[in-house]
Amino acid sequence: MAEPPIPAPASSAVPDSQPLRVGSHILKSRLIVGTGKYDSLQLMKDSLEASGSDCVTVAVRREKLYDREGKNLLDYIDLAKYTLLPNTAGCYNATDAVRVARLGREILKSLENPGADWVKLEVLGDSKTLLPDPIATLEACKLLVAEGFQVLCYTSDDPIMAVRLKAAGAASVMPAGSPIGSGQGILNPNNLRIILEYLKAGDPDYPVIVDAGVGTASDVSMAFELGADGVLLNTAIAHARYPVAMATAMKHATLSGRLAYQAGRIPRRLYAMASSPEDGSITSRPW
Amino acid sequence: MITIEFNGVQSEVDEKTTMEDLLRLAKVESRFCAVELNLEILPKDHYASQVFCDGDKIEVVTLVGGG
Repeated sequence: MAEPPIPAPASSAVPDSQPLRVGSHILKSRLIVGTGKYDSLQLMKDSLEASGSDCVTVAVRREKLYDREGKNLLDYIDLAKYTLLPNTAGCYNATDAVRVARLGREILKSLENPGADWVKLEVLGDSKTLLPDPIATLEACKLLVAEGFQVLCYTSDDPIMAVRLKAAGAASVMPAGSPIGSGQGILNPNNLRIILEYLKAGDPDYPVIVDAGVGTASDVSMAFELGADGVLLNTAIAHARYPVAMATAMKHATLSGRLAYQAGRIPRRLYAMASSPEDGSITSRPW
Repeated sequence: MITIEFNGVQSEVDEKTTMEDLLRLAKVESRFCAVELNLEILPKDHYASQVFCDGDKIEVVTLVGGG
């Protein structure tokens, strides 16, 4: 791998010699952030800006007709700056996921946002763990691909399932580092290594995005150091004590982790290797 | 008058009420929304002419924060 260019610090977007490509979409930042769970919409807006991301996830929900506060999420998201990625969060079967994906597409089409043709597919199996239902996820993925959606598919860190989803036409497979919102980071880096190896075999540009479980900046760096193409997170920023500061940390973690991956880490060794030369040493040895 | 289900709430409306009327009465910004009539997405250019039958189910959704 060629030596990567050193990016300029403190830019608003995360620069990379190779932008993140997912299907027909090209993202400047490899960090995708969610828009949920912020204390206020203004805090969300400031955090999105600090994260350097140019792609944000959104959910589809029933319009509140009777107790509205008069503020819409979209009043706080610059649609010229961000590509929206609508999700199917909260769906527990394929039929509901397809329904929600279609509604998300309809809204994004009316907003003329480029995100209208893709969806973050999430079909859950259990409300306590929020782990995906693999059978319903695969079924929904096939249906949505057949309808022309570019599907970014949330899944567990099971390599076999990841291969099945890619074969079903997913534009990106997005394994969870750990359960959604748990902040446990990447629990099984070996599974992630296997997923990356399998999905990128003969197809090195196929995008694998770690989605869910991030707790802090080092989790993001770790994902990129393992070779992930992107990271998607929400709670780690929204519920941090200082969300804007954490968003800034996540931006730098993205930059550091990706650059470290491109730079090529040294192999782990069981024994030490002196950094200073042995030759010419004037001290005595105890052996 | 006919009875429709509008976002889960039973509502009585005049037979001549259109989807456009309904959204205006509910003060919904239609650009930010998608509308389903009996689980089928209703294209925006149908809002002005679409009237309802007794028992129709209308769902208006928008985007909210999510991960």
